[in-house]
Amino acid sequence: MSMLKIKSSTLQWLGQAMLLLFWPAIAVWASEPKSSSPHGTNIFAPASTPAKSIADLSVIVLVITGIIFVVVFSLLVYAVVKFRKRVTDADREPPQVYGSTQIELAWTIIPILIVVVLFLTTARVIHAVQDAPEPASALDVIAIGHQYWWEFRYPKLGIVTANELHIPVSDLSHPAPTFLQLLSADTDHSFWVPELAGKTDLIPNHPNRMWMDPQRTGVFLGQCAQYCGTQHAKMLLRVSVDETDDFAAWVRAQQKPVVQDTDRVAGRRVFESNACMNCHAVGGTQANGRFGPDLTHLMSRATIAAGAAENTHDNLRLWIQNPSAIKPGSLMPAMKLSDADLDAVVSYMETLH
Amino acid sequence: MSSNVITVPIGQTEARPWVDELHQWLTTVDHKRLGILYIVSSLLFLVIGGVEALIIRVQLMHSHNNFVSPQVFNQMFTMHGTTMIFFVAMPVLFGFANYLVPLMIGARDMAFPRLNAFSFWLSFLGGLLLYFSFFGGSGLYGAGSAPDVGWWSYAPLGARAFSRGHSSDYWTLALLVSGFGSIGTAINIIATILCLRCPGMKLNRMPLLVWMNFVMAGMVLLAITPLSAAQIMLLIDRYLGGHFFDTQAGGSAVLWMHFFWIFGHPEVYVLIIPCFSFMSEIIPVFSRKPIFGYPVMVAATVCIAFVSMSVWAHHMFTIGMNSYANSFFTLTTMAVGVPTGIKIFNWIGTMWGGRIQFKMPMLFSIAFLFQFLIAGLTGIMMAASPFDWQLSLSYFVVAHFHYVIVGGILFALFAAFYYWYPKMTGRMLSERLGKWHFWLFLIGFHLTFDVMHIPGVLGMPRRIYTYEPGRGWDTLNFIITIGAFIQALAILVFVANLIISYFKGARAGNDPWDAWTLEWSISSPPPAYNFASVPTVASRRPLWDLKHPEDPDSRYE
Repeated sequence: MSMLKIKSSTLQWLGQAMLLLFWPAIAVWASEPKSSSPHGTNIFAPASTPAKSIADLSVIVLVITGIIFVVVFSLLVYAVVKFRKRVTDADREPPQVYGSTQIELAWTIIPILIVVVLFLTTARVIHAVQDAPEPASALDVIAIGHQYWWEFRYPKLGIVTANELHIPVSDLSHPAPTFLQLLSADTDHSFWVPELAGKTDLIPNHPNRMWMDPQRTGVFLGQCAQYCGTQHAKMLLRVSVDETDDFAAWVRAQQKPVVQDTDRVAGRRVFESNACMNCHAVGGTQANGRFGPDLTHLMSRATIAAGAAENTHDNLRLWIQNPSAIKPGSLMPAMKLSDADLDAVVSYMETLH
Repeated sequence: MSSNVITVPIGQTEARPWVDELHQWLTTVDHKRLGILYIVSSLLFLVIGGVEALIIRVQLMHSHNNFVSPQVFNQMFTMHGTTMIFFVAMPVLFGFANYLVPLMIGARDMAFPRLNAFSFWLSFLGGLLLYFSFFGGSGLYGAGSAPDVGWWSYAPLGARAFSRGHSSDYWTLALLVSGFGSIGTAINIIATILCLRCPGMKLNRMPLLVWMNFVMAGMVLLAITPLSAAQIMLLIDRYLGGHFFDTQAGGSAVLWMHFFWIFGHPEVYVLIIPCFSFMSEIIPVFSRKPIFGYPVMVAATVCIAFVSMSVWAHHMFTIGMNSYANSFFTLTTMAVGVPTGIKIFNWIGTMWGGRIQFKMPMLFSIAFLFQFLIAGLTGIMMAASPFDWQLSLSYFVVAHFHYVIVGGILFALFAAFYYWYPKMTGRMLSERLGKWHFWLFLIGFHLTFDVMHIPGVLGMPRRIYTYEPGRGWDTLNFIITIGAFIQALAILVFVANLIISYFKGARAGNDPWDAWTLEWSISSPPPAYNFASVPTVASRRPLWDLKHPEDPDSRYE
């Protein structure tokens, strides 16, 4: 073992060199979608304290495991090369060695010490992330997982929205973290926006909590990470981190009642006389279903169908006409509307700013 | 000890009508034939599970691919996982245990030959039940369909409200039935090892393969029972109005997770410990040295068995356990790395100072050591629960456990195939085809599973049938798919080798590897009665003693 000790500085250097080799690869892959608005989903590009604590811990763990890898790998390669059978060996058997208590003790105790160090480092981060107290300035949001979309409720602000979470940017001097209460309406889901925080599951009858305090603005992507049924893949998630003023403006806009456009009464009638209103709510009307996303401010969202399609006129029409064309297995039924009714209901949707 | 063999006159065993031969195989209670039945049936399921994997990989080749529908994709990953764990990995390892344990301890057969046959046919029936779901899955609702709830069938997805028809029931019954088979086999292995060792074979003289399979059997008893209990509860939920896991009636989804993973994690060790046992037999023989630190190897195995019973909730770091539970399971999971590390060091210690021969079994063993090292280290990463909050449920986890199961278990199994095939058939496997198999599989494996870690780090969740373009996942997934096809090609070479060598391979003789355990003292394939006279052993390497009377092991033990 003394040999290992002498070499430890060299090995450390090797470990870091290996990490450096690994790093650019990740960085290159991550930078692929260049500067086009949304942030990526790289766990090593954290923009919020929980994700950052995790990334820092990850680097420590990667370095330690990297060193272990280099040491054991070198021993293995050395043994394989040095002790291969040579032509000159003839048929003699090598010396028969049965073991060594000292060596066994060495390679028991050293790993135990490594485990202790790793565990203590990890336990600190577990505590820091999980047991963080909720400051009074925090924003509360209830996130409810549904087969295959996200419901977001802001209980103190009286806002209900879907799939696109808006939260204020936070900075370390004036922290404005967001605390999410995670619930599920049906099966298990998992809330994962890699650059903001680690994932936490949404489990029926088992409320969970998570938090984030993003320090950069922009749209952060994520998606459901726990298999939840047929359309698990298209249960996408966007978190829009807004400047404080922009967030306040967004809140005011969401709190406004819907303006009833008298030109689009026909569409509203189609909406309310079909099964649409059994599942969807539009604030200030009789439609108050909760099975599907709240549509009160539908047009304020960039996407429909939990991020599966952009919120354009054509997509909206296609989605209402035949949801399976965008998301096969989605629980929204095709309503089999006539073309006229379809156009009417789409134009009604487009008034819901 | 004795190795005389009663010669059976040629002609007496040959030229039997095939119906008789088939009848013999179907009604056999011989541990060797049952072992081969286990192995052959699991190879069949390996090919089926492999095709399912290829379908998954083609679908994920690029973003927004439409090769299969989401429903079919979800069925494929459910069936792939269930098949590979329950109907490939477990049976093939039971097959080797069945074949080798009695031979290595100088026994005539397993302790309960009829139970042995019963267990095999239960396992096989389980596999058939699972695949019958393709035809009968939806019952009266229409055409059949396979289960699509994932191989964990997390509650409440497996409840009636979310899994209509009968596909989940076939899944439940398949696991229940094959689970009873596994329990039977475990009891059988334990009883055989405790009661049927030949004279002189004390517990501390048993080959490590026997020791490790003994530990494995003990773990099967502890791990399969909660799984079976959970399946019965699920059936009660689905058909008798129970509410164990029915969240809509106040049941607990988390309870199912605990039941499943207190089976699921020991299960990983149920699979890997027999592979450790292959390594512990093969590496010494091809290094020409005894295993380094035999007592420590046994102790480490038992230690792994105990510690691995308390790590299950590391599969549940994201479910919102409190920080104390997360810390506890972080500690236990990291701790299990210590005895596992000891094993790796002992294998390297065995090679150290030896004269390593690079025959096929040893090539696969060296690849095993290298890959299992990496698999263990990515395991340590995910043991750090905050890191796991990012990595869990992502493709990083998929890469990690395939590194264990393919890079570790499958490579060890290939080593075992090349090592014991001569004993089972009397013919050597072709080294030339073997090299093709080895290098193709090695390249395919690393192309697929090394690369697969990266999309996980870049935020790609598992079990998605498609993904959005522009996330940086496309190129990586394309490489992964190419690697999968190279592996499939390698498996074809392997199967061809198994078939061609059966007819054309070089004759093996009793002891082609100049090995040291009892199975090599008798003819290849061994006669039905195994040993003509009961052997007596005086050390851990009875054949070494026989070959080196001037320097026997028994002098040092």
